[in-house]
Amino acid sequence: MQLWLIPILPLAGFAINGLFGRRFSKSLVNLFAIGSVLLSLAWVLKTLFGLGDLSAAHAEHYFTWIQSGALNIGCDFAVDRLTAVMLLVVTGVGSLIHIYAIGYMAHEGGYYRFFAYLNLFMFFMLVLVLASNFLLLFVGWEGVGLCSYLLIGFYFDKQFATNAGNKAFIVNRIGDFGFSLAMFLIFVNFKSLDFAAVFQAAPAASQATLTTIGLLLLVGACGKSAQIPLYVWLPDAMAGPTPVSALIHAATMVTAGVYMTARSWVIYTHAPAAMNVIAIMGVATAFFAATIGLAQNDIKKVFAYSTISQLGYMFIGVGSGAFGAGIYHLVTHAFFKALLFLGAGSVIHALSGEQDLRNMGGLRSKIPITFWTMMCAAVAIAGVPPFSGFYSKDAILAAAFEKTPWIYWVGVITAGMTAFYVFRAMFLAFFGTYRGHAHPHESPPVMWIPLAILGLLSLGGGAFLPVPEFLRGVFHAAPEGPPNYGLMGISVAAGLIGILIAWIMYVARPGMAESFADSVGGLYKLVYNKYFVDEIYGAVIIKPIVNGSRVLLWKLVDVSGIDGLVNGIATWCRGVGGVLRRIQSGNIRSYATWVVFGSVMLIVAMGLAEGLAR
Amino acid sequence: MPLSQVPLSWFLMLSAALFAIGVAGFLFRRNIITVFMSIELMLNAVNLSFIAFSYQNKQVNGHLLAFFVMVVAAAEAAVGLAIILTVFKNRATLNIDEVDSMKN
Amino acid sequence: MDLILFLIFAAIALVCAVNVVVQTHPISSAVSLIGVMGSLAILYLLLGAEFIAAAQVIVYAGAVMVLFVFVIMLLNAGKEVHKGRSFMVQLLGVPLLIALLGLLAFLARHMYQPETMVHFGGFQGGTAQAIGHALFTTYLLPFEVTSILILIAIIGAVVLARKELD
Repeated sequence: MQLWLIPILPLAGFAINGLFGRRFSKSLVNLFAIGSVLLSLAWVLKTLFGLGDLSAAHAEHYFTWIQSGALNIGCDFAVDRLTAVMLLVVTGVGSLIHIYAIGYMAHEGGYYRFFAYLNLFMFFMLVLVLASNFLLLFVGWEGVGLCSYLLIGFYFDKQFATNAGNKAFIVNRIGDFGFSLAMFLIFVNFKSLDFAAVFQAAPAASQATLTTIGLLLLVGACGKSAQIPLYVWLPDAMAGPTPVSALIHAATMVTAGVYMTARSWVIYTHAPAAMNVIAIMGVATAFFAATIGLAQNDIKKVFAYSTISQLGYMFIGVGSGAFGAGIYHLVTHAFFKALLFLGAGSVIHALSGEQDLRNMGGLRSKIPITFWTMMCAAVAIAGVPPFSGFYSKDAILAAAFEKTPWIYWVGVITAGMTAFYVFRAMFLAFFGTYRGHAHPHESPPVMWIPLAILGLLSLGGGAFLPVPEFLRGVFHAAPEGPPNYGLMGISVAAGLIGILIAWIMYVARPGMAESFADSVGGLYKLVYNKYFVDEIYGAVIIKPIVNGSRVLLWKLVDVSGIDGLVNGIATWCRGVGGVLRRIQSGNIRSYATWVVFGSVMLIVAMGLAEGLAR
Repeated sequence: MPLSQVPLSWFLMLSAALFAIGVAGFLFRRNIITVFMSIELMLNAVNLSFIAFSYQNKQVNGHLLAFFVMVVAAAEAAVGLAIILTVFKNRATLNIDEVDSMKN
Repeated sequence: MDLILFLIFAAIALVCAVNVVVQTHPISSAVSLIGVMGSLAILYLLLGAEFIAAAQVIVYAGAVMVLFVFVIMLLNAGKEVHKGRSFMVQLLGVPLLIALLGLLAFLARHMYQPETMVHFGGFQGGTAQAIGHALFTTYLLPFEVTSILILIAIIGAVVLARKELD
């Protein structure tokens, strides 16, 4: 089946554009960049059609990468239904975003560099999804982290962009540390890192081991998928270009954590404590991020916190044992969140760079296509039936209710908040009168055609893509029971109430938001400043480390200790030399004395030697 | 002891004594020329011991060595005195303790 | 007879040697050194080294010491002045001297062959013929090299001691 072509095609695009792109015209860069991704998508479709029903995994082994003692890692790709879903999402949404980026980045510098990095990202993401052992997955994992860093810091002449890139990479590394420890534990216990081997042997291992492995894997997922406490990099990552935010920080990279957790479902189902931790972390993050999203004024930041919140939902699904539902939400979220980001990019492009919601308004008539497509995404994310978000969110909430009811109730409240803040953004941007100073113009077709396609997917992706049933075989899940209309009704009602409140506060009575914010004063400030989490991290973690390094390690160990030792040797040599040079007194008679002394010694030595010989 | 014979060891002791006196002059005198003459004294003492050993072994090699010592001593005396002349021209002193520009 | 000769001239040599070291004026030291060399020449004769004795008187006493006297007169060297001191010499000088003398005497007494006696005519091989023979056969190379040495010494002495051309 030549699975290797799927990631290699974007890699080729990266190589050609990276090496020679500087001299290419824009169309030639486009040809290689978009062409490679579209070819990859075509190959995915061909492979999936060729493989039939995929109830069993199709594996391909290419070469042995590491052979060291008991450690045997091959470059192995495998496709099962879960991989198929992920492949379609990555290549499909990825191609749409690539096409969109042609229009968005048309006036930016470093055009070829952007597409080269984007192709490299696709390569690593596809490796991550296709990998059939933990180490190869980790290669992809790290690679997408690298590309995220490169792309966030794409505008490298802006300090805040490069800082954001650094922050993303460093926080991700903390997660990777957990992942590495998990891999070590897996290898020690199961003597292999292959998925097949590990998941076969897992049920037999002790629960303590599995729980530890599960929790360590969770640390890795936390970092990559921006959950508490490692979510702080995602809002700052909005410093990158909008297509990057859409592709990497909404649809694909941040979902790698969910994918990895779903892939390791065998470990988690045998470690219920770890699953509970996942669910609690997911619901906490979802609620927490949603509250912050309520008060943000930058349109991209609203969607960033929304992403963190929705990722929390996916983890609620995984943590409640509904792995299929979690992946379902991953797919629908890819559709509507990518659309929201691309739409926001279209708005920003229309307003020539304006991102603050307070300076927008009344854009409904000026950029209608953007408005209507974003509305599709907004109703989807709010959970309005029969659109895609409703199906996936509901599947998760139903599973949560069966496992731990309080998570369901918190999830419902969060759904209400989700609807509120998304529609707040929509109303502030598209309704009312225009408050800014630019001249809004509609985006070119190369930008709104992908928006339209994603809009259709957001609307219909729920009813027409029954993902959980498709994945039932992979997760060995039981068939779903009859739908609980009561639960569904409550969550839908919460969403509709959220939309209604947003309508009242921002369209019907425009001044109400301000007065409400003033009346809760301190609370509003707390939420607006994202609970000062970054500042707390800075004071509690970063400052002590930096000061400790400076005072203890640098001044004490390096300057006094090591330099002292090395310089001390030199000083000691000089001292000894200073003493020995007194012999050179310049006085000839003392030299003569030394000569006589030496000759006396010599005679004694010779006499002794002679005597001994005798 | 019969009057017509001298024990060889006495020659060697005389040579040692002359050498020691030469060393004493070399160490304790301050005039450059006197130091030089002490060096010549040491060379003579060594010559004496060479000749004595040559008598002992009944060979002529000791004589040859003493001859070469004399030749080299002569050459050395010539050059050394020329150096002393130059030093005197530059520093106007014959005191060995004052020629100490190589101090430290 | 030989013994008495030896004792007299050894005594003269020792006294003159001490005089070389003790005298304050260099010219007195030079003259004493001539005395040492003369007595040593007699002792060489006793040891059967006729050629060397002659060479000693002609070359050493006659040429080298005359050179010394010329230089002393040229430099108008006066009595020695007691200026400057050396810590090393004061500390170690005498002990080293005694050590040296003692060692040499000890070695001389202990390392000689069974009592060899010296008398006039005991060694016949110190003639000019014997020395010449050895010089031009066994010691030819040192002979030639010393001739170059002397050449260098002459050039050196001339260069060092001439007047600066203005």
